[in-house]
Amino acid sequence: MKLTRVKSEAVGVVSRQRPARSSREAFLWIAPAALVILFIFGYSVVTVLIQSFRYDGDWVGFENFSIVITDPIFLTALKHNGQLLLAVPVLITLAFIIAIALFETRRGMRFYRSAVFLPYVLPIPVVAVVFGQIYQLNGALNIFLKSVGLDFLAKDWLGDPAIALGTMSSVIIWKEVGFGVILMLAHIISLPNETYEAARIDGAGFWRTHFSITRPAILNTIVFYGVIEAITMVSWVFNYVYVMSNGLGGPGNATMVSELYIYRSAFQNKAPELAAAAAVFLFIATLVLMIAFFRIQRRSIAGTFNK
Amino acid sequence: MKTKTGVQRSKLEATFRYLLLSFVAITALIPAYIMFAGSFKTQGEFLKSPFGLPLSPNAAGYRAAWTDNFPNWLANSFLIVTGAVIVTEVLAALAAWGFARFPFKGRETILGIMVSLMVVPPVVLLIPLFQLGVELTLISTLRLVILIYVGLMLPFSIYMLTNFFKSIPESILESASIDGASSFKTFKSIVLPLSGAPLATLAVVNLLWAWNELLLALVFLQSNDKKTLMVGITGFQSRYSLDIPTVMAGMSIATLPLVIAYLFGQRFFIAGLTAGSTKGE
Repeated sequence: MKLTRVKSEAVGVVSRQRPARSSREAFLWIAPAALVILFIFGYSVVTVLIQSFRYDGDWVGFENFSIVITDPIFLTALKHNGQLLLAVPVLITLAFIIAIALFETRRGMRFYRSAVFLPYVLPIPVVAVVFGQIYQLNGALNIFLKSVGLDFLAKDWLGDPAIALGTMSSVIIWKEVGFGVILMLAHIISLPNETYEAARIDGAGFWRTHFSITRPAILNTIVFYGVIEAITMVSWVFNYVYVMSNGLGGPGNATMVSELYIYRSAFQNKAPELAAAAAVFLFIATLVLMIAFFRIQRRSIAGTFNK
Repeated sequence: MKTKTGVQRSKLEATFRYLLLSFVAITALIPAYIMFAGSFKTQGEFLKSPFGLPLSPNAAGYRAAWTDNFPNWLANSFLIVTGAVIVTEVLAALAAWGFARFPFKGRETILGIMVSLMVVPPVVLLIPLFQLGVELTLISTLRLVILIYVGLMLPFSIYMLTNFFKSIPESILESASIDGASSFKTFKSIVLPLSGAPLATLAVVNLLWAWNELLLALVFLQSNDKKTLMVGITGFQSRYSLDIPTVMAGMSIATLPLVIAYLFGQRFFIAGLTAGSTKGE
């Protein structure tokens, strides 16, 4: 520990002697990637900002924003993104339970791990199409429910506006939970053995051990996963919704989300200015999550450099 | 007495654990099973027993899917993914070396901002890039999509590789610079050979993302012969709505390359997906 600190101070001395050369060289290495990133992100974000204040080339102030924010469909879309956020605690809980179950299991662990993780690898369009079939009125799920005598549970999963969004989030949970399991399991495995020794001596039970020792020990991974999934629910659900509702966000607007609203405004309704204004709203929402993400990452980036 | 209850309890726990894991595994696997099994069934068979094995397997679905535009879409997906993954790998490795090796003012902040870009919703970038693509007549060209994918994959890639390069022991690098090697030579002959595993991991993660991407491909590749597999199969569903086995065959074809990559490169998948969270603790 002491040794590494001395070493990093030594590096600091060297860098102070020739900062100019060092940053010039760094610039050369970073420039190609930085140019692409500046073009894709910088250009786009600035342009979309400017466009959100214009109409037909004229400056219109906040008019686009006030049109969008009073559009009931956009408000519905935002509400749906908010409702999808409710899936995040479900994801965290499920992933944690599965991860500790895997951690405690020796025999067959590799098989179970591969199985649990598989959905995360499958393409979302494929997942959405297959689940679209499973959730049909005469689809696999209802056939199964009827065959075990649970007819009353059989529903028009995607056709009933009251439950379509819930059905959609079940698919998202099905697909995303494996990612959390892998993240948490990797962290639990890396915990030092002594972590559990005290609990074992105390004779603490399985659930208590993991709830009171494992959970706090991997808290930063849990938070990281929670933030990633929150971002997913706000700004990365387009694929699911587009495929499962045939690009419409239906039935009615039951599965309309902000990404689909932006897409439809820009490319179906040919109103790119309104789409830009909606995109700015979405960007601001993501920015909040991004700041949370930035803080977590920055702490770990700083950690990396001080190692 | 006390140990006995302990044993009983742990047995009960183990049973519960296996029940839970089996339930989770079945839930995770069954849609893929329905898809693969369904692709060999007839329409009537699929509707009647979606869970059953195909009793008289037939490949009519595959033939129908394949004679559609599948080979074309598959080729486009391969070209785009290969191009984007290679370019990303090169640019990210160079930049990560710049970040890892040369201390400069604001390095952490710049890297932090770059990393945060990972979470910018692609739909925000869509409209300006599309308008630019129209002006430059680059819509329905693979080039533009590759460039956009590279841009979107770079932040995570740079972050991951920077973390790795930072972990290379100083002593190895110093011996090279004492020998008078330029920093490019050090990078090429010492750093890159050490980086096989992280580069492979990164390639797998990026491949997964690019192969599965739908939104951008949907908007930027409009002519039918330029579509990627994901865009193709999205429209496929509505065209063959009365022929589910063909839809399932198409889905199976689209999934197969990934499942193969997953089975062979599971280690890299797992390493790559955990790289973002557990480093630097």
